[in-house]
Amino acid sequence: MLFALPSAISSLSAPGTEDTINPYANRSLPSTPRSAAGLEPYTGTWGTDERLYLLRRTLFGVKRSDLAAVAQLSLADSLTLLFTPGIAPDPPVNNYSASSASAGDVPAGAAWVNAPYLDGTTDYYRTISLKAWWTGLMIDQSISLREKMTLFWHNHFATETNIVGDARYEYKHHALLRQYAFGNFRDLVKQITIDPNVLRYLNGNVNTKTSPNENYGRELLELFTIGKGAVRAPGDYTNYTEDDVKAAARVLTGWRDDSTTTPVSSYFDADRTPTSTRHDPTNKQFSASFNNTVITGRTGANGRLEIDDLIAMIFAQSETAKYICRKLYRWFVYYVIDAAAESNVIAPMAALLAANNFEIAPVLKALLSSAHFFDPMNRGCMIKNPIDVTVGLCRQFSCILPAAAAGLATRYSTLDYVRTQAATMNMNIGDPPDVAGWAAYWLSPQYYELWINSDTLPKRYVYTDLLISTNGYSSKKIVIDPLAFADSFANPSDPNLLVADMAQFLYAVPIADNQKAALKAILLSNQASDTYWTDAWLLYKKDVTNTANKNSVFVRLQPMIKYMMSSMAEYQLS
Amino acid sequence: MVLPAMFSGFTLTAYSRTRLMESLLNTAVQTDRVLVLIQLNGGNDGLNMVIPIDQYSALSNARSNILAAEASVLKLTAKTGLHSAMTGMADMYAKGKLAVVQNVGYPNQNFSHFRSTDIWLTASDYNQTLSTGWVGRYLNEEYPNFPTGYPSTANPDPLAIQIGSILSPALQGPVLGMGMAITSPTSFYQFLNGTVDPAPNTPAGHELTFIREVAQQTQLYATTVKTAAAKITTQNPYPASNALAAQLKIVAQLIAGGLKTRLYVTNLGGFDTHDNEIARSQALLSTLSDAIKAFQDDLAYLGVEDRVVGMTFSEFGRRIKSNGNGGTDHGAAAPLFVFGKKINPGVVGANPVLPASATVNDNVAMEIDFRSVYATILKDWFNVPNTELSAVLLSTFATLPLIQGATEASDAQTAPAAFSLSQNYPNPFNPATQFQFTIASLQFVSIQVFDAVGRVVATLVSETMSPGTYTATWNGANAPSGVYYYRLETGSYREVKKMVLQK
Repeated sequence: MLFALPSAISSLSAPGTEDTINPYANRSLPSTPRSAAGLEPYTGTWGTDERLYLLRRTLFGVKRSDLAAVAQLSLADSLTLLFTPGIAPDPPVNNYSASSASAGDVPAGAAWVNAPYLDGTTDYYRTISLKAWWTGLMIDQSISLREKMTLFWHNHFATETNIVGDARYEYKHHALLRQYAFGNFRDLVKQITIDPNVLRYLNGNVNTKTSPNENYGRELLELFTIGKGAVRAPGDYTNYTEDDVKAAARVLTGWRDDSTTTPVSSYFDADRTPTSTRHDPTNKQFSASFNNTVITGRTGANGRLEIDDLIAMIFAQSETAKYICRKLYRWFVYYVIDAAAESNVIAPMAALLAANNFEIAPVLKALLSSAHFFDPMNRGCMIKNPIDVTVGLCRQFSCILPAAAAGLATRYSTLDYVRTQAATMNMNIGDPPDVAGWAAYWLSPQYYELWINSDTLPKRYVYTDLLISTNGYSSKKIVIDPLAFADSFANPSDPNLLVADMAQFLYAVPIADNQKAALKAILLSNQASDTYWTDAWLLYKKDVTNTANKNSVFVRLQPMIKYMMSSMAEYQLS
Repeated sequence: MVLPAMFSGFTLTAYSRTRLMESLLNTAVQTDRVLVLIQLNGGNDGLNMVIPIDQYSALSNARSNILAAEASVLKLTAKTGLHSAMTGMADMYAKGKLAVVQNVGYPNQNFSHFRSTDIWLTASDYNQTLSTGWVGRYLNEEYPNFPTGYPSTANPDPLAIQIGSILSPALQGPVLGMGMAITSPTSFYQFLNGTVDPAPNTPAGHELTFIREVAQQTQLYATTVKTAAAKITTQNPYPASNALAAQLKIVAQLIAGGLKTRLYVTNLGGFDTHDNEIARSQALLSTLSDAIKAFQDDLAYLGVEDRVVGMTFSEFGRRIKSNGNGGTDHGAAAPLFVFGKKINPGVVGANPVLPASATVNDNVAMEIDFRSVYATILKDWFNVPNTELSAVLLSTFATLPLIQGATEASDAQTAPAAFSLSQNYPNPFNPATQFQFTIASLQFVSIQVFDAVGRVVATLVSETMSPGTYTATWNGANAPSGVYYYRLETGSYREVKKMVLQK
């Protein structure tokens, strides 16, 4: 196995997990054929299928307008669009004053991110506000990789709101991930290391010379940067050793968080207290895995500089670049990394990353325009994660959610509904299961298949069935408009073309002719002649205010789209 | 059922079931009765299926190119017979297990397949659109919280089953479909059409196969349906290569296997016979008749014949006059069948009265509103109380003497002779005319005037009336010259007469 499991994680499986893991899930990695293509540029067909594929993998659901926006663009220009630097969004606001009006809070509609912490109840509502706000950013995303990469980093540098217990910390942390979405990986690791949220979550804030806490130092090596290699000897994981964890923890001593500043912050203790003894000023000896590097101990305020040495040492190891490239691969391509993918894709990605001083964008651009990425073998093989399902549906059908102008409570509660639906499908943003992130991206051999079981698959159907129902969620706060959707295609009056075009748009894999015929049969109410649909559609279009004619096409489109989502497994793939 | 129950000092007795009672007991009407709906998609040519023998010369004038020889007609009564392909159903009629309901339709016939299908499945008025199906509304009345808490110990089985992959709009409830669609009682992955090509040997195919397997495994009612199916390993033979028979065979298996499911929906397509109708009717009607006969025989074999009533319907009938392609175009009213051991056999309603030389504008006039058939089955077969009945059908409809033991049907048999509808006078007329009608018992009475294509021109009476003889007047000052029909309908009597407005 090329990617050694973090052993601390693999023992974490919760009691009863076996009950929800489907017996059909992988017992070993699938042995299906894989692509031999590498990171070399893709030169094949660049048509609608390829455009949709690129957008599906880089956005949460593709809108009709997204496809139209790249319809005339080359692959290179499409990528330029996807990597457009965005503007930082306005922060989440107080949408909860009706439920929690603790004294001293910001007024309704004002950002709470720099306000004082008040109490647990307020913090609960702020956390819900943060998650709803984030969900809204994903639903409203432009054609940009920013959202998919922000969630990637959340999965990579996983933290949990319910452990940190201060939404302002999570917000600041989130803003950092967003800022670095496709920025410099090494800089991001530095910022993460001294991020107040992470200091709290992984106990860096109580890591002192007299009482070292290894938590962050371990995860920095094991999960965030170099990853665990094969066990060579007790306490020796090839890429690092248990002693390296202890040495890293000592480098990191002396950092603290401050919840009283605006915004919340972190600081190196000696910067505020020159006599501070929290930092360990002695030299730190690392193992042969790091070429026996010694990080020179520093005293006083200079102690903060040791982090740079530590990060430089870790990033000097070739395995560090490979580790993050494998995670990117599993986020964007597929979970199986066989020998060919390792040598033809991961290795050149890692080389590119190092050559670009750990800038993520050039590497991702290379991957997303590579022959490997566009190889037919890699298309349609990703099982949508719950955000892809929930947020993706809103975008695929261009559902118009209540705007802030319609009332903050309504807007946030609608977004919260989408977020909690994803949570019931096992992906609660802001609260991944643990520091390793969602198991679908690391637990071998099941990986993505962990998303689908006897509990979660019906929940996906319940969600799609509700939103395609006539009143949708909560009196049409989110509802699919089958007529508008059909009308967005080139030939809605031709049932064959309409079915084919919708299938191409909604499915990442081709469907068989008999499946298309069955879908068309819904449009035709089992009538034999195509003209019945054509006539009905044209009659509707002639006068869209005619209720009976409108209803005639509505009641046929609606179940067809419903069945496309909840009765065909293809919809679950990306 | 007499079930006294004490609630906070109030005694409720379930002689008359109330919504209060139901919500307190949280239980639907207990019944083991089953209704099987057979939808004939495309618009069934009723004149070619249930043949009005007394109208043969009119039929010859209108449709000689598709008309079967009179001698081939399988006579049910002196005046009414079945197409020669329907030997099985003629046999059921002889054995008292088949009823024909004549001239069923709705006022102001819509000739669009889509619209007319929607009207039939939702039980709407011709000018009304509903988002729920009539069966869905019925089941929603009986099981108001579905799907929350279903399946449960009390209700372990699907409320309704559609044989096929697409749930009928008739089963649509206020929020979700009230039934499940299956193509086979042992395999539940609901891929459309029941068959899907095997996934390719690619990573995408690997994941697709995985999801399909989980989907099949987690179908909500899979175990209960499979268990019921497994109990029935031997059935009476069904004809091979018969699409409807294959569906009805599954229905019989599940009923006999013990499912408490009340409604089954099946479909047979291809009735849109714009051309080549002689050959197509032969195939369609033998398929229909053979399948229903085999189903009835199987129900008897399985010992569940007492529990099941079946009903056919189609979105409309076809034009009296045939077209130049050996077929017929979209029409209006048509007969339907109600079958089972517990039905009142016979022919309900009179043969349609056809013009001696029909034109392309002539249609079979509606005599019985299709919702009267629904109302009859809900009330007399499923014991749905009147209050609930109007919530399901959204209006009051007369019931028909179709189900054995129904009280109103027996009432009706005692005094039908006392109802009457006279011929109008003067006739032809311009602009007004009058006729008398007699009501024998307190009844809801409807009298409407239709034009030659079946559109309602006027509603003269729509109320509950006491016994007596009344006079009705119609003034056709605003109507064009032509043939018109006036129709009297009560719970136990209906009649249509023709009149001519000549300006």
